[in-house]
Amino acid sequence: MIQFDKFELDNGLKVIVHQDTSTPMAVVNVLYNVGAKDEDPHKTGFAHLFEHLMFGGSINIPIYDEPLQRAGGENNAYTTNDLTNYYCQIPAENIETAFWLESDRMLSLAFSEKSLEVQRKVVCEEFKEHYINKPYGDAWHKMRTLAYTNHPYRWMTIGASLEHVEQAKMQDVKDFFFKFYRPNNAILVVTGNVTTEQVKQLAEKWFGPIAAGVAYERNLPMEPVQHKSRFQDVRADVPLDMLMMTWHMGGRLDQNYHATDLMTDVIGGGATSRLYEQLIKVKQIFSSIDCYHFGTIDPGLVVIEGKLVKGITMSVAEKAVLDEIELIKNTMMPTHEVQKVINKTESLICFEDMSIMNRAHSLAYYELLGDAHLMNQELEKYQKVTPELIQQTAQQIFQDTNRNTLYYYSKS
Amino acid sequence: MALDRHMAPVIKDAIDFDIKLKPYQHFVLDNQVEVYTYEGGAEPVMLMDMVFFAGNSYENKNWVAAATNFLLKNGTTKKSAFEINEAFEFYGAHLSRNCYNETATIALHCLTKYFKEVIPVVSELISEANFPEKELQIYQQNLIQRLSLNLKKSDFIANRFIDEYLFGIDHPYGKYAMQEDYKNVTLADLTAFYDTYYKHGKCIIFMAGKFPSDMQELLNKHIGQLPLNKKVIADVTHPIVSAAQKHYSVVNDASSVQGSIRIARHFPNRHHPDFAPTQVLNNIFGGFFGSRLMRNIREDKGYTYGIHSYIQNHVQQCAWMISTDAGKDVCKPTIEEVYKEMKILREELVSEDELKLVKNYVLGGLLGDLDGPFQIIARWKSYILNDLTDAYFYNTIDVVKSIKPEQLKTLAEQYLKPEDFYELVVY
Repeated sequence: MIQFDKFELDNGLKVIVHQDTSTPMAVVNVLYNVGAKDEDPHKTGFAHLFEHLMFGGSINIPIYDEPLQRAGGENNAYTTNDLTNYYCQIPAENIETAFWLESDRMLSLAFSEKSLEVQRKVVCEEFKEHYINKPYGDAWHKMRTLAYTNHPYRWMTIGASLEHVEQAKMQDVKDFFFKFYRPNNAILVVTGNVTTEQVKQLAEKWFGPIAAGVAYERNLPMEPVQHKSRFQDVRADVPLDMLMMTWHMGGRLDQNYHATDLMTDVIGGGATSRLYEQLIKVKQIFSSIDCYHFGTIDPGLVVIEGKLVKGITMSVAEKAVLDEIELIKNTMMPTHEVQKVINKTESLICFEDMSIMNRAHSLAYYELLGDAHLMNQELEKYQKVTPELIQQTAQQIFQDTNRNTLYYYSKS
Repeated sequence: MALDRHMAPVIKDAIDFDIKLKPYQHFVLDNQVEVYTYEGGAEPVMLMDMVFFAGNSYENKNWVAAATNFLLKNGTTKKSAFEINEAFEFYGAHLSRNCYNETATIALHCLTKYFKEVIPVVSELISEANFPEKELQIYQQNLIQRLSLNLKKSDFIANRFIDEYLFGIDHPYGKYAMQEDYKNVTLADLTAFYDTYYKHGKCIIFMAGKFPSDMQELLNKHIGQLPLNKKVIADVTHPIVSAAQKHYSVVNDASSVQGSIRIARHFPNRHHPDFAPTQVLNNIFGGFFGSRLMRNIREDKGYTYGIHSYIQNHVQQCAWMISTDAGKDVCKPTIEEVYKEMKILREELVSEDELKLVKNYVLGGLLGDLDGPFQIIARWKSYILNDLTDAYFYNTIDVVKSIKPEQLKTLAEQYLKPEDFYELVVY
């Protein structure tokens, strides 16, 4: 059970405080309610490029990192399709430095041309390192465009193409900032050796004077129900054939989310999963195979991806996977198998909650979902999942018309 | 009073922090296996990290140590691989294993309440593993496939080659496995290695987290009666055979859009008096986000997504390494800038201001690194396995706090000479 206090400033900034006196450190986490899904389809990759620009100096502070490092702190950030999250860990005694830095870059960036020019290049190198210079690096780009016809999850956070990043203009940067990086579109979480009183005073002092922005009304195009199975062939210079399949699932707040999560774990999460045991060990059709899901806020995808053992044909591999899926749909799962994945989840949650950093990330995330208290209800929701519910969920999701398949062939 | 946002809030310098490494508890099992523990944390979880002297230094044939370490979880006289995995996973426990140069580990992460359920299975793995033939064959097949994939990646190739140039292909720090090595390992190799280095091997245990009240009894019952620590393991030494040629350019994939750059030199281990002060120099050079390499090559020029320098974590002999992936057309200027930064460190004093920032950053980071029971025991483990005590910890802090720009320049003059470095680009 994670205890916390919650309050809101007049400008709409939500603040959550979780005290832990056993640590000398504190974490200051600022989550902005903007992700790659909020981008213009012709200017993709922007939310992530923007994350880089947030380190290029703010209106009153030329360099973000330096004063933080001087105060013994460290920081990082990440962008997903749903959100952008910034966090620093710092000795609790120096926590005001983090408030000063974070509030100044929420007030306004410096909008330096040099920073934009350099970070465009850095992000292009990141793009190359992870998505071009890597075998199968383009697989997700292809799968997303196959599975999503309408919803902005159809592009990756890095962007749909290098050109979009290369063409980013300063005016785009400014517009993006003042649209999304406002206090009423952000959640501030402070965890560690701090008191609520102290955080209240510091939040009022540093974030209080920042003006609220126009409320952002998210109105994203929804993905229509898929009625026909889709396929795509790819041939590339990779050593092994790969099979990748996805099925549309519900969003993060869908009532079947927890059942879906446990179901993917049973199917392909680790060494006792069905796919691992049957298709890697017993039948030796795949050399690696996993089943997982997106866990996105809007409806996501259940994924099965695996690399084929040399000499096995794609159709044999595909059939073997679909046979396992049929088994999940048509036979009730033994109770102990469900209990196993619930126990695994309990363990995972406990290990995750060990650090004040993870607790800060989770509190911010659940608050974004609607209520930070959800964090403390998760385990109970998993414990309520039954074999019946998993079977129903499997029958809903694993319909052939709902499936997208990428056959990724080795040229050699 | 208006808020002055130009003014940084007052800070307490991390060099004024009184950083303490909390002590471990220690006890010895009936079979003389030493156990180091640190109890703490709010969550009901724990870690048991068993260290065996079973690294690849002890193998006579390539890949035997790693394969033994991996496959000891894939079958015992009583259980199949599936049943073993199930025995852990049902309780949400995770058993990982890793093989290094001197040591190999078996680490259990579990909920405190289930420790008593899973400890007997750990015991079974280190006393009754039986290496089924089919498990070896599947593992070989899958690793050969994985290798063919990794050999497409320039960074993978670069990491292998630079270690080979530094230490030689026959040295534990320089060798790597090829397809043939995977194929050549037999069940007899695994069984023999297991028998000597696990079943009758030398073991040290590190534990952290929240413990059940009968933790010591459970350990003694399930681990303390095994035939461990009976024989002295013979010391092994391997000569370092460094490459004569210093500069290399390798084309692995003609269509590659980036090059993986590695620049490295030999460096002494932790017992050398230059080790601790050079860590400070390394931080200034390329050891963190605000380092000179990062500021120059990423933040000013945009040649790369990241560039880092670090001193390798070896017991016997280390290397000082600079590592980055840069755009194909900017690999050459990237390397030139690395040498330029070395030259500046050799010729110019680091400013007091920059040095103070790095000192605060390092010590603040240390405070964060010691936050939590797993982190504390990991620090102790590293000291104990390197024959160090907490004196090393406090000495390192003193060095960081007191080091002067002149000392850093002297170290740079000694260690940052381009002619001492191996240089490699893999495209």
